[in-house]
Amino acid sequence: MRDLAWLIPLFPLVAYGLITAFGRRLPGAGSYVAVAGIGLSALLSIGIFVEMLLGAPPVEMTVRWMLLGGSPLELGFRVDHLTTIMLLVVTVVGSMIFTYSIGYMHGDPRFPRFFAHLSLFAASMLLLVLADNLLFLYAGWELVGLCSYLLIGFYFEKASAARASIKAFLTTRVGDFFMFLGILIFFFTLGTFRFEEIFGRVREGALAGGTIGGIPLLTLAAVLIFGGAVGKSAQVPLHTWLPDAMEGPTPVSALIHAATMVAAGVYLVARTYTMFFDWPASGVLHGSAALQTVAYVGGVTALMAATIAVVQDDIKRVLAYSTISQLGLMMLGLGVLGYTAGMFHLMTHAFFKALLFLGAGSVIHAMHTNDIKAMGGLARAMPSTYWTFLIGTLALAGVPPFAGFWSKDEILLEAFHRNPGLFVMAALTSFLTAFYMLRVIFYTFMGTLRSHDAHPHESPPVMTRPLWVLAGFSAVIGLVGAPFLGSPIHKFLHFEGVAAVPFSAGLALVSTAIAGTGILAAAVVYRWGLVPSSALRRVAGPLHTLVVRKYYFDEFYALAFVRPTLWIARSLRVFDVYVIDLLVNLIGFGVVALARLYRVFDLYVVDGAVNLVGWTVKALGGTLRYIQTGRAQNYLLAIALGVIVIVAAGLLR
Amino acid sequence: MERYLLTITVFLPLLGGLIILLIPKGRDELMKWVAAAAAGLAFLVSLWLLGPFEMGSAGMQLQERYLWIPGIGINYHLGVDGLSLPLLIMTALLSLLSVVYSWRIEMRLKEYLFLFLLLETGTLGVFVALDFFLFFVFWEITLVPMYLLIGIWGGPRREYAAIKFFLYTLVGSLAMLLAIMLLYFNAEPRTFGILELIQQQPLARVPALAALAFWGFFLSFAIKVPMWPFHTWLPDAHVEAPTAGSVILAAVLLKMGTYGFVRISLPMLPETFKLFAFPIAILALIGIIYGALVAMAQTDLKKLVAYSSVNHMGYVMLGVSAAAAAVGVPEKAHAATIALNGAVFEMIAHGIITGALFLIVGVIYDYRAHTRGVAEFGGLGARLPLYTGVTMMAMLASLGLPGLMGFVAEFLIFVGSFGVFPELTALAVTGVIFSAAMFLWTIQRIFLGPLNPKWAELPDLDRREVISLAPLAALMLAFGVYPRPLLDMINVAMTSLVAVLR
Repeated sequence: MRDLAWLIPLFPLVAYGLITAFGRRLPGAGSYVAVAGIGLSALLSIGIFVEMLLGAPPVEMTVRWMLLGGSPLELGFRVDHLTTIMLLVVTVVGSMIFTYSIGYMHGDPRFPRFFAHLSLFAASMLLLVLADNLLFLYAGWELVGLCSYLLIGFYFEKASAARASIKAFLTTRVGDFFMFLGILIFFFTLGTFRFEEIFGRVREGALAGGTIGGIPLLTLAAVLIFGGAVGKSAQVPLHTWLPDAMEGPTPVSALIHAATMVAAGVYLVARTYTMFFDWPASGVLHGSAALQTVAYVGGVTALMAATIAVVQDDIKRVLAYSTISQLGLMMLGLGVLGYTAGMFHLMTHAFFKALLFLGAGSVIHAMHTNDIKAMGGLARAMPSTYWTFLIGTLALAGVPPFAGFWSKDEILLEAFHRNPGLFVMAALTSFLTAFYMLRVIFYTFMGTLRSHDAHPHESPPVMTRPLWVLAGFSAVIGLVGAPFLGSPIHKFLHFEGVAAVPFSAGLALVSTAIAGTGILAAAVVYRWGLVPSSALRRVAGPLHTLVVRKYYFDEFYALAFVRPTLWIARSLRVFDVYVIDLLVNLIGFGVVALARLYRVFDLYVVDGAVNLVGWTVKALGGTLRYIQTGRAQNYLLAIALGVIVIVAAGLLR
Repeated sequence: MERYLLTITVFLPLLGGLIILLIPKGRDELMKWVAAAAAGLAFLVSLWLLGPFEMGSAGMQLQERYLWIPGIGINYHLGVDGLSLPLLIMTALLSLLSVVYSWRIEMRLKEYLFLFLLLETGTLGVFVALDFFLFFVFWEITLVPMYLLIGIWGGPRREYAAIKFFLYTLVGSLAMLLAIMLLYFNAEPRTFGILELIQQQPLARVPALAALAFWGFFLSFAIKVPMWPFHTWLPDAHVEAPTAGSVILAAVLLKMGTYGFVRISLPMLPETFKLFAFPIAILALIGIIYGALVAMAQTDLKKLVAYSSVNHMGYVMLGVSAAAAAVGVPEKAHAATIALNGAVFEMIAHGIITGALFLIVGVIYDYRAHTRGVAEFGGLGARLPLYTGVTMMAMLASLGLPGLMGFVAEFLIFVGSFGVFPELTALAVTGVIFSAAMFLWTIQRIFLGPLNPKWAELPDLDRREVISLAPLAALMLAFGVYPRPLLDMINVAMTSLVAVLR
């Protein structure tokens, strides 16, 4: 069945083609075709997962994509344990979100197009996951970026949506620029794009010798590749696009901007994990400069985004900052050698964050607003949404036995053993996570409805059923990491040479306590009102402003990059017309002026000389005319005189 | 028949043009059909060339060679290889599509069609001529019809633009003539044969003359490409030219410059080119970034596309100059091959993509909005879905999105030139960000946002517009996903070229 893996991206691609070509004429105006495409991919992925679970070895399949000089470029797909997990996440979560979208997008004038774009996204994402080489990965990487762009700007009549889409594409492209340079370094030094070959050579120490500007070549290349992940996974400092990306329809936020595409950066680091080590001759792996970079970028992102999430009132923006924060946590995990921990958290996060977004979508669908301060008391009106959202929240907050607890605990554990500073950051992040999520619960579902013109109602079953499925996953999926079940995830997925830190009951208690404190604190402020939030704001003062203004990243970028670029572009345009083209025209005019000068010269000098010659000849002729009399005597006389002169000259000599 | 295929391809359009001259005034439909038939047949014959053409063999194929002016060594010599055949077919295709697009021309139709077909013969000839004299004749033939197309059917400043185009390129032509003469008079035996001169390397031992000849060719080709800072004729010519003229100008005439660099400068004066490769790469780099930035600041859609050509031709020249810098360095031969593959692939990709973009500008300007001001649109995406789709596809292809043709080209150029000029290439890759910004901003201003009520009644693409755009869109996608058929052909020619240079 693994040999059929190439079909996995093909199903959604065919769906995309069909919907683009036939649109509304298809069953369900195209939506059924899209669901069928991703559904088939999901079935095949599950089949492959079961095969791998039973111990089948990884497979690769390649085609000759082009011939360069004498050497062929063989590229293709690879199915291994890491791929399998990602395939499962993308297709299963994807199927739920596709189904939910049938209800959510009902009545939209561009309904078929939405499902076409979603299918194209799924195909691109699956290409990215299955790639056995940097080139296909990069291609999938850019294509998911395109789909993200198209879907963020789905309501493109809204100027803010149009702006958000372009911001997302360009910001991630800055990251892609670095990643591309990394790819170039690997191809230039090793002559291949294929992971297996690159990893093999890296393990042998192929890039160990070189440095560029004092930085070891391998470290530089790995950090450059990580640059792509920083863009795509919205890590600091390229995180600013993700909150704005919430302009897209909510299922898009759930699928692309929470569960799958933004996690691709984490997947990229895991996929290329070999590149991030120094591969010492001793064979003992330890943290490298490249991994430190990953860990610190992740840690700073996790904490910073979590603080911002606390002050957001837009339910989707809270979730967006939460996503950034959680992605940072995954990066942190990978950076402190928690290979399995990082990927495990990616998997659990995909389920509960997709669930939370879809729940938020259900709320927005009912309330027609994103503002949590306008909501309240929705638990009664929307029980399915409430209970599933609550499960997602507990999972995200890290309350046992829900999914997030297990995976987050592993990251804390790894950090605790490798880097205490990062552990503190991760712990603070966990506290804030529990705090801001419960804040959302209290504002949205508890108390009384604050908006007076809203009539909330539960969403249709086509929307709530996927919520329950995802809630089920969010509740139990974490058990694959439970020590009392033997931590099956560690048996399935691990990185050769790095041992995971064994489970510690003490730390699990600490992490539960952190979550509990966060929940309690949220209840104190937002449920029981013991400490009013306005008092908190006053105490925090300028810090509060700083967080509300999102640490001024957007303002800084506008000032430092966007405006200067536009200014330079406009100046160069002026330069082009008034300097370069002026020179060209001046040369042209110079030639014309010279031609005029020549004309004068021609008229008075060249032509003058010619005329002078003519005139002289004419005058001469006129004078000489008098000699020619036509009388023989005159001529004889002249001859006689001539003879005399000659004779006289001869005699005198 | 097979022996004369190249001649037939080249002169079929001219034959059609001459027939059109004989058609009495007023029979407009007949003239158009004759033009379409001539261009269509030329395209079909150019495709037919793929049959006898042996993909795997490197040398010139389907050669035709006759004595022309034997006294001074001039021959009528044609031939194709993996470099020229794709360009030939692309030229024939774009000429055909342009004729189809021009169906609605009414003013002085007979002259228009004749000149257009004459132009096609000239451009086709440039890509297959293997004798300098013949090459020069075809090169110059392209000037006159393009001059008249701009000067008669152009926009408001057509005379200025036409004269500028004509004189600027003529200066280049004269420089080339000088270079040709230098080669001719130093050859033994004297010949105008391009292949013979490459074989002889007549200036190899006289570096000063070689440098002179090199800069002669350089001026001519660099103006045609156009490389920064010789590019300012381009925006003027594009803005004033009629749509079909812009298409041929961008897609075909610019390629004559880069083709010259690869076909002539590189193999004929390799050592000299190597000597100057770095400064030329710098000019290419400036062109890449400058082109993208200036395009971003444009408000006229046609000018924007014109400056994006400066950017893209910069990529081509980066690849070519990287290959030149690798001359005589065996360990860089592989990188040079990749860079050249990319450069030639970019020539075709740019031809198809930018050809499509100019048609797209024409669609909105000629028959619909009669304005090209980017800022005057807005929200067309809701009104013209088909047009929006095609435009976005072409622009995404142009900004190098994987899965479309431009990506393969840029990717190969970067991969190849990184092996020769790593720092310059790293800087050049930033051009990708700028061109993305430029095109996305353009898309945003034209298609996104609320619909400008002024354009609420614009019709979407009609059938003839679809016919002229669909093949280009299909090619962008096909060669973007699976570049091998095209790239195999190019690769054989470039591999043997690099082997000669080594």
